[in-house]
Amino acid sequence: MTSTKTKLGMPFFLVSPSVLLLLMWMIVPLSMTIYFSTIRYNLLYPDDNGFIGLENFEFFIDDPGFLPGMLNTGLLVGFTLLITTVLGVLISVLVNRPFWGRGIVRIMLISPFFIMPTVNALVWKNLLLHPVSGVFAAVWNFFGAQPIDWLTEYPLTSIIMIVSWQWLPFAILILMTAMQSLDQEQQEAARLDGASPFAIFRYLTLPHLSRPIAVVVMIETIFLLSIFAEIFTTTGGGPGYDTTNLAYLIYTQALLQFDVGLASAGGLIAVLLANVAAFFLVRMVGKNMTDA
Amino acid sequence: MFSIKNKEFLITVVIGALSWLVALLIFFPIFWMFLTSFKTEIDAFATPPTLFFTPTLENYTLINERSDYWHFAWNSVVTSLGSTFIGMVIAIPAAYSMAFFETKRTKTTLLWMLSTKMLPAVGVLVPIYLLFKDFGLLDTKTGLIIIFTLVNLPIMVWMSYTYFKEIPKEILEAGRMDGANVLQEIFKILLPMSKGGLAATVLLSLIFSWNEAFWSLNLTAFEAAPLSALVASYSSPEGLFWAKLSAVSTLACAPILIFGWLCQKQLVRGLSFGAVK
Amino acid sequence: MSIKRFAPALLVAAIAAAPLAQAETTVTIGTVNNGDMVRMQGLSKAFEESNPDIKLKWVVLEENVLRQRLTTDIATQGGQFDVMTIGMYEAPIWGEKGWLVPMDNLPADYNVDDIFPAIRDGLSHDNTLYALPFYGESSMTYYRKDLFEAKGLTMPAQPTWDEVKTFAKAIHDPKAGQYGICLRGKAGWGENMALFTTMGNTFGARWFDEQWKSEFTGEAWTNALTFYVDLLGNYGPPGASSNGFNENLALFNSGKCGMWIDATVAGAFVTDKSQSKVADNVGFTLAPQQVTTKGAGWLWSWGLAIPKSTDAAEAAKKFVLWATSTDYSDLVAKTSGIASIPPGTRKSTYENAEYIAAAPFATKTLESMKAADAKDSTLKPKPYIGVQFAAIPEFQSIASQVGKFVSGALAGSMTVEEALKNAEKVSNREMKRARYFK
Repeated sequence: MTSTKTKLGMPFFLVSPSVLLLLMWMIVPLSMTIYFSTIRYNLLYPDDNGFIGLENFEFFIDDPGFLPGMLNTGLLVGFTLLITTVLGVLISVLVNRPFWGRGIVRIMLISPFFIMPTVNALVWKNLLLHPVSGVFAAVWNFFGAQPIDWLTEYPLTSIIMIVSWQWLPFAILILMTAMQSLDQEQQEAARLDGASPFAIFRYLTLPHLSRPIAVVVMIETIFLLSIFAEIFTTTGGGPGYDTTNLAYLIYTQALLQFDVGLASAGGLIAVLLANVAAFFLVRMVGKNMTDA
Repeated sequence: MFSIKNKEFLITVVIGALSWLVALLIFFPIFWMFLTSFKTEIDAFATPPTLFFTPTLENYTLINERSDYWHFAWNSVVTSLGSTFIGMVIAIPAAYSMAFFETKRTKTTLLWMLSTKMLPAVGVLVPIYLLFKDFGLLDTKTGLIIIFTLVNLPIMVWMSYTYFKEIPKEILEAGRMDGANVLQEIFKILLPMSKGGLAATVLLSLIFSWNEAFWSLNLTAFEAAPLSALVASYSSPEGLFWAKLSAVSTLACAPILIFGWLCQKQLVRGLSFGAVK
Repeated sequence: MSIKRFAPALLVAAIAAAPLAQAETTVTIGTVNNGDMVRMQGLSKAFEESNPDIKLKWVVLEENVLRQRLTTDIATQGGQFDVMTIGMYEAPIWGEKGWLVPMDNLPADYNVDDIFPAIRDGLSHDNTLYALPFYGESSMTYYRKDLFEAKGLTMPAQPTWDEVKTFAKAIHDPKAGQYGICLRGKAGWGENMALFTTMGNTFGARWFDEQWKSEFTGEAWTNALTFYVDLLGNYGPPGASSNGFNENLALFNSGKCGMWIDATVAGAFVTDKSQSKVADNVGFTLAPQQVTTKGAGWLWSWGLAIPKSTDAAEAAKKFVLWATSTDYSDLVAKTSGIASIPPGTRKSTYENAEYIAAAPFATKTLESMKAADAKDSTLKPKPYIGVQFAAIPEFQSIASQVGKFVSGALAGSMTVEEALKNAEKVSNREMKRARYFK
């Protein structure tokens, strides 16, 4: 009895600092945020503090941009996930066979993932999507079409495009890794049995990829829910509320006028929604995310 | 027999060509940025965009005159390496305890930890800024290392956890029977067995830290400002700026991009999240 | 024991360190990446050479980013900056909060009375100056003389917005890449709202009535927004709703705009042959009027201020005095040509015949600056100070949101009525929260 205790006690003693730090990381900012969200706390009016209950939450939800913000957050995450996983699966299946220059192709495919989000947004905005001197405009002109003013006419689509370009390589990276562990003999056997390439894809490849897809969905969701830099640099949340997501709403609502209370309330609402989303996500994409 | 071989060859050619096309399309923005960085500002703004032009280094010279690139690059290197190192030192024991001394709450804790990452940074900027001020961490590399570590920690713990879960408990137990203590367990058994995955974790953390732009811009002024802050000083100034922006972006992204290319094999092998048995 | 033993060592160290600390005072300067400021950064080597004990560190950022960065720092007393580049909006508010070092006891040779009174007032609170002006600007109309001539049009001394529309219609030729008019459309209180507020002023509108209530759904704003959307939507460049000052400057310089109504500082850029294709063909006139001439051109100045949280106040002040002095102007004239000296702050600049001759935009700049009055810029009386802004802390957030609606109306993602209704709602709820009214 005592011997098992010491055996268990020793590792716990060793890992406790890290676990403690982790807990602190989770609890300290969260409790600070919860506290701030219930008081009137504006840096521009430092003397006027006091408990105000749920007023900050009410005010944040009452904002005309709240509903569009929620919707845009959902659309942004949903479509980016869809685009990156579908294209990611197709591309990783495509490049799985050996062909001439596969190494270089792979390097090119994953490159956008290493580019800073701000640079990514600036390059797309100024060099590619610019309606007068951008590459897209030149392509449209070449085919005799009227160039599209992407960020004005299709603002959310443009943001989704930009973000997808950034995250597609991540999906490719993970799915490419998974493809390598695909059972080649099984595939070969299925082929000799006369299974069509589509059937092989459907019944052998896809099931094999389900877990890595879940991983991609999980990690991307975490990053996409709080996307800010890409919107800040390209559209500034506009025109109207067309590209305002929750993070950007918090920025205009609270940070711009240094209302810490309101910012905290907005942040908490965002986390709450994220947890709801995560809950359904875990249900949907299966338990295999944490079950190894 | 002959026709099958022929067909195989044809398929390979088609797939190869298609792959190249897709890859070129995806890589194009980076290539275009690189190309634009060698144009004059007038060329960079030309309609239609020019493919053929006399390359110039004037943008790079100008940036070099205005800002000390190496100062920013050094800060980027120190902060990403530092935060990754500290992150791993914390994440490995934590993941170890979660993977091998699992309780009912472990999975919930993991998910909750990941969900804190969804708290928008803009929502907590001011409290963090005040904390940093009180601890004298503003505009210090230490401060940036701390914040990067905290931001990346949930993912690092989770990734390490999935790799550790792969290792059969019996191996550790066998090691313990032989009298290995916890440190030996971690260093002699755990790390060697999951080094591919841990390497990928390190790489991801480095990439995320290098590219982080919100905190690095807001918590630094000059002393600790990394490359992402340098890029910000060239974004939309007065007048034509496309070419200079491309040049500074190329400079800011090149180190991590080249690093990523070199480590590509490790990344592709390691990002299995415990899926490979 | 140990203290005794260490004391001499400590003393030695302190003595050794003292001259070192004195030798290097670091001044961290936060500034906007506008052309004039970037030039200042380049020329500051001269300052460092004459002040070897002061080391300058630069943080150069885009206006929006810089503003957010500086405000975070000063509101939390972070102390990361020793010199801050702030505008007429921040200076009085921050001065009132006691966050800035007052700019008093200026040396006689600085000649503070040479500074335009309107600029001085704008950077002061309660007659105390809180920032020294680096450059000042109003807004005016730039137009292409060659295009006007080709169409047989003449630009009046101060056109009405209706006339501007007629001209824009005549010049507009999108197939040839020639757009009638370029105006700011990018959302932001310092971007589209600066222009749109001056436009609203001339249409008889105001940001707040005497009770701080919004009047956005009133007739004046409705007329102004309808006109703006019609004018820029029909005779503007594609993507107008994401064009700010810089984008429009690039468009104008590459010869794509027939007219452009924007900051007077652009005068030096559009006439600079190294960056403008149309340098010889630019005409200048006052910003358009409509039902009134009041508030037609805005009034803005970028100034250098020193936060109270600085640890190098003395060195910072030395630098600020240098960068806003006539000596600095002389230095710019010597290195970059006299037309490039920071405009709009000192009377003496405009009394210099050499400058007037070299800068074709100078007389109209002066005229525009003189016409702008921060206290009296609307047809009906207003409770706030500022031509294209209201110098209250809430304005930044309100106007950023209203700016989004205006750009939304321009882009067609909402109607003019929806935009104005939203604007009124946002304005009233923010003001109510800030307890201006119940």
